[in-house]
Amino acid sequence: MTSLPNLPIEGIPSGRTSRETRWQSLLGADRSDRIYRRILTGFALTLPALILILFGVLFVESLPALKKFGPSFLVTSTWDPVAEVYGAAPMVFGTLASSFLALLIAVPLALSVAIFLTEFSPRWLRQPVAFLVELLAAIPSVVYGTWGIFVLIPFLRAHVVPPLKAVFGWMPFFKGVFYGNSLLAGGIILAIMIVPYIAAVSREVLLAVPTSQREAALAMGATRWEAVRSAVLPYGRAGLIGAVILGLGRALGETMAVTMLIGNRHDIGISLFQPAYTMAAAIANEFSEATTDMYLSALFEVGLILFVVTVIVNAIARILIWRVARGAAVGSKAL
Amino acid sequence: MNRTKSLVLAALLGAAVPATAQTINGAGATFPNIIYQNWMLAYNQAHPDVKLNYQSIGSGGGIRQFSDGTVDFGGTDAPMTDSAIAAIGGNVLHIPTVLGAVVAAYNLEGVAQPVKLTPDVLADIFLGKVTKWNDARIASVNAGVTLPNQDIIVVHRSDGSGTSFVWTDYLSKVSPEWLQKVGKGPSVNWPVGLGGRGNEGVAATVRQTPGAIGYVELGYALINKMPFATLRNQSGNFVVASLESVTAAAAGAMKDMGANTDFRVSITNSAGAQAYPAASFTWLLIHKTYDDSAKARALVQFVWWAQNDGQAKAPELGYAPLPKELRPWIQTRLKNITAGGRAVWKGPATE
Repeated sequence: MTSLPNLPIEGIPSGRTSRETRWQSLLGADRSDRIYRRILTGFALTLPALILILFGVLFVESLPALKKFGPSFLVTSTWDPVAEVYGAAPMVFGTLASSFLALLIAVPLALSVAIFLTEFSPRWLRQPVAFLVELLAAIPSVVYGTWGIFVLIPFLRAHVVPPLKAVFGWMPFFKGVFYGNSLLAGGIILAIMIVPYIAAVSREVLLAVPTSQREAALAMGATRWEAVRSAVLPYGRAGLIGAVILGLGRALGETMAVTMLIGNRHDIGISLFQPAYTMAAAIANEFSEATTDMYLSALFEVGLILFVVTVIVNAIARILIWRVARGAAVGSKAL
Repeated sequence: MNRTKSLVLAALLGAAVPATAQTINGAGATFPNIIYQNWMLAYNQAHPDVKLNYQSIGSGGGIRQFSDGTVDFGGTDAPMTDSAIAAIGGNVLHIPTVLGAVVAAYNLEGVAQPVKLTPDVLADIFLGKVTKWNDARIASVNAGVTLPNQDIIVVHRSDGSGTSFVWTDYLSKVSPEWLQKVGKGPSVNWPVGLGGRGNEGVAATVRQTPGAIGYVELGYALINKMPFATLRNQSGNFVVASLESVTAAAAGAMKDMGANTDFRVSITNSAGAQAYPAASFTWLLIHKTYDDSAKARALVQFVWWAQNDGQAKAPELGYAPLPKELRPWIQTRLKNITAGGRAVWKGPATE
C-alpha cells in the first residue's frame, strides 16, 4: 500500500513522515507569515507616518511666523507681503463662512436626493439618478470655476441678487454692492461640488437602515413620509451627520473653483455679496512667488491651520460614522 | 535595427563627451516662457549639440532655484534684491532679454475710444479714492467721451506675479501715497478690489464685471482684444501701449542707466517722449563665474544669439524687442563671465 501523499491536510492525522513534512511546512509558513506580516505592517504604518511628517514639516516651517506673530496671526486682518505683516483672520473666516454657506445649501439638496433615491424613487430611476449625481464629483474643479465665472455669476447678477436685495435687503447678509466674485458665488459653487459626496454617503447610510424599522413605522399606520421622518432618519442620524461633515471637510480644502469665484480679498464682512478669501486659495495663489522667508513661513502657518481644522473635522466624521456602524450592528442583533 | 543601435551608440558617445553635447537647465518667470521656449527650440535646431530647457515656475521660484544651484540659469520679471544677491556672494548677472508691459484693461459698455488716464488718477483708482467712471478728474482728460455714472471695480492679481510687481512699481513712482501705503512687490496689500488668479483670471473678471478695471500683460490684452487705457507718460503725452512704445520706454531709460548698469533698473515711468510708462525688462539670471567652462560658453553663446537673432522673433510672439543700443552693454557683461579664472567667451568675432 502506498503512503498518503505528503499534503498537509487539516484535521487528518497522518503518519510520521507526513507529520514531519507538515511540521516543516508549517514552520516555513510561519516564517513567511512573519515576513508577510512585517511587510504589511510597514506599509500600513507608512501612512500614519506620512501624516506625522506632514504635520512636523508644516510646524517646523511655520515656526518663524509662529514666533513672530503668535496668536495675533489668527485674529489680525492685515496681509501685507511688502511690510511683512501677516494676519490670517480673513482667510480663516472666509474658509469657514464659505464652507458653512455651502453646507446650508448642499445639505437639504443632498439629503433630498438620498431620501428620494432610497425611499421614493421608482426602481428604474435609482441607478441613473445616483450615477448622474455622483458624476458631479468627477468634474474637475477648474471647470466648475470657469463655469462659475461665465454662467453662475452672470446668472446671480441678473436673476438672484436683485430679488434677494428687494426682499432681504434689510438684513446685513445682503447689504452692499454685488460685484460678482463674492462669498455667495464661492459658497454656491462649493455647495454644488459637495452635494455628490453628501448624497452618496447619505444614501449608503439610509440603505443600511434595517427594513424592519420602516415596516414597524408603516405597521403603526405611518405614511411613507412619516416613516422616513420618524423611523429612518433618526436611525441614521449619526451617519448622516458624518456624511455632512465629510462634505464639510471637502469644502474646507477646495481650492481652484473657490479662488476663481470668491474674489480673493483679505477682508472680513458679514455680507454675502462681499469678496472674501480662503486658506487653500491663498496658499495656492501666493506660494510660488513667496520670496522672503517670513512670507513663506506665514503661508506654511496658514497651511498648518488648515491642516488642523480638516483633521478635526474628519475626526468628528469618523467618530460619528463608527457610532452609526455600532448602532446598526446592535439593531441587526436584536432581530 | 542596426540604425537604432548606431543611434543609441551615438547618443551614448554624445553623453560621454561633454564637449559635444550640453544640456543647460533654467527655470523662472512665466511671462517670457513662450519666447524662451521658441528661442531654445530654434537654437537647438541650429546647434544640435546644445540643449536648453526652461521651466516656467514663476520669478520667485526661479530666483530660489538659481540661488540654490538647482538650475544653470534663472528667469525673473522682478530683479533680485540686494540681500538676495549678497546671499549668493554677488555671483549673478541680470541680462535683459525682452520687454513686457502692463495695461489697464477695462469693461465699459458704450465707450468706443480708449479711455485716457493720468498717473495720479490711476493711482487713486487703485487706492479706492476715485470710485466713479464719471469722476471729474477722469472726465477732464476725456473730452468728448460720455463716461457712465458707474462704480469703478478694481481687479488685481491674487497670485504673486511679476505683472503685479511692474504695476505696483509704476504706481509707487507716480503716487507718493501709493508708495507709502502699499509699496511695490509681486504681492501687495491691495487697498480695494477683487483678486483674479493669473492674467486669465483678471481678464475674465474684468470682462464679466461691468465697470471693472484691471491690469494684465500687454500681449494678453492684445491677443484677447481687450480695450485698455491710454496712459499719460512723464513727458505729458498720452501713449497707447504697443510694442514700439514699450521699446521706446527702454530706450528712454538708458540715459539714466549708464553703461555700467547692472540692468536691475526699473523702466516704469520712463523719460522718453513716446515711452509707455508701465513697461519692464524681463531678465535672465546667469552667474558671473561657472565651474564648467564648456557649459558656460554654450550658455553665453545662446544668450548672445538671443540678443541678436532672437530679437527678430519677439514682435510676432507679442514681446517688445530690446533697443539695439543696449547690445554693446550686454556684450561687455557677457565677456566678463569666467570659468576657472578665464573668460569663457571673447565676443562675437571669435565665433
